[in-house]
Amino acid sequence: MNHIKRMGVLVVFFAGFSFIQDTELSKSIARGKDVYNDFCIVCHKPNGEGTEKIFPPLAKSDFLVKYREESIRSVKYGQKGKIKVNGIEYNGTMPLPGLTDEEIVDVMNYIMNSWGNKSDKIVTISEVKSLIK
Amino acid sequence: MMRFLGTFLIIAIVNTCFGQKDDTTINTPATLNYTTELVVPELDIPWGMTFLPDGSMLVTEIKGKLIHFKGGVKTEIKQVPEVYARGQGGLMDVELHPDYKNNGWIYFTYSSSEGEENGGNTALMRAKIKEGTLIDKQILYKGTPNTTKPYHFGSRIVFDNDGFVYFGIGDRGEHFVNPQDITKDGGKIYRLKDDGTIPSDNPFVNEIGAKTAIYSYGHRNPQGMTKHPVTGQIWENEHGPQGGDEINIVRKGKNYGWPVICYGINYDNTILTDKTEMPGMEQPLYYYVPSIAPSGMAFVYSDKYPDWKGNLLIGSLKFQYLERLVITDDKVTYREKIMPDLGRVRNVKIGNDGYIYVAIEGKGIYKIVPSR
Repeated sequence: MNHIKRMGVLVVFFAGFSFIQDTELSKSIARGKDVYNDFCIVCHKPNGEGTEKIFPPLAKSDFLVKYREESIRSVKYGQKGKIKVNGIEYNGTMPLPGLTDEEIVDVMNYIMNSWGNKSDKIVTISEVKSLIK
Repeated sequence: MMRFLGTFLIIAIVNTCFGQKDDTTINTPATLNYTTELVVPELDIPWGMTFLPDGSMLVTEIKGKLIHFKGGVKTEIKQVPEVYARGQGGLMDVELHPDYKNNGWIYFTYSSSEGEENGGNTALMRAKIKEGTLIDKQILYKGTPNTTKPYHFGSRIVFDNDGFVYFGIGDRGEHFVNPQDITKDGGKIYRLKDDGTIPSDNPFVNEIGAKTAIYSYGHRNPQGMTKHPVTGQIWENEHGPQGGDEINIVRKGKNYGWPVICYGINYDNTILTDKTEMPGMEQPLYYYVPSIAPSGMAFVYSDKYPDWKGNLLIGSLKFQYLERLVITDDKVTYREKIMPDLGRVRNVKIGNDGYIYVAIEGKGIYKIVPSR
């Protein structure tokens, strides 16, 4: 009996926790859209489709899912050299965007939850800060 | 008839705008009568370049590096001003004073956070190089106010035949605020004396509250500028939004219309303005739909390329080629792709040796060598 009660408390606790995380995430996504429109949209396009062989797509990108850390790192420090996205090779240069860590969090959450992308794991400030050059 | 034509034109423009795929108005030559040679290897984003009398080169990289390239060796110049590295900001153009041989002045544009407000805006600096270090640094102009908006800094530097220096500042992300207001910086081409003072015949010197360095206004983001080798006029190209990149001849006191008139639409496909012309506003010499994202520009005037003499070269960041434009009576009559598929073309200039030099992102600087 006691055991069941304890389980119930746990369930309520986790439901509440994920609710808080959801609103946090949706706020971050909303701010991230503004960052995206200011910094990324010209090359990666309004729907994250990019330009084949020139600017890699962000929409339904396997790279984003497989290489989460690399993805965040490229937004933090810029990106150069060969990468493969959805089977197509890209060999361009993305200049350092010069975003604050907070902006990186927001734009990553926006990208990872837009145009068919879905990530259950919210990008956090500590995650961004932990990525040293 | 006129109305029919007008409607047709609008449909054509809107169609091509929303398409934004390929540029079908440019020609691809059947045979290539040139080769390319990589001169300066391994550069990230080479933005500006200029040629010193001893045959060496100065190259800027956007992240804030000034490189002296001599005898195949790159040396980073020290004490370069700190750049506001955000979005399109950074160390942009570099140009020599016309009398560099005697006075040693080098001019730069860069994004600077100098000033009270948070953020940055474009600055023009001159300085000299002594023993690999930048000295005698003087900020000749600094756009205000600073803003954290990460785009539309411009900027190119050109001297005219009278020794005046011209440079541009983009609209700094405030297109409804800056370009049409001559009391504000941004969306302008500026004209200064070589020491940064305002020429007494600048167009707005008698306008109360005006930024008197302004020479022309209503620009969006000028990233290409050059002097016509025969007329001495200053030509510029600027990025439009989605469609509507422009080539203009910069004329004293003129309004080039951004954002009131434009041949492009917003990035999210919404309509920015339904007007493409207005009294008192200049029409572009040429406009691009779809956008090519034009970077540097240069006229071919040397004898190295007899078939191309008088032609205009413009880099395309978006379609990754250099284009050659035949200009007849200030009209573009033919366009052709040169150097396709090498990468994003950031800049083009004619060296002191008469060769065409082309800067490509992620690669370096190439020389175009005509085949015999």
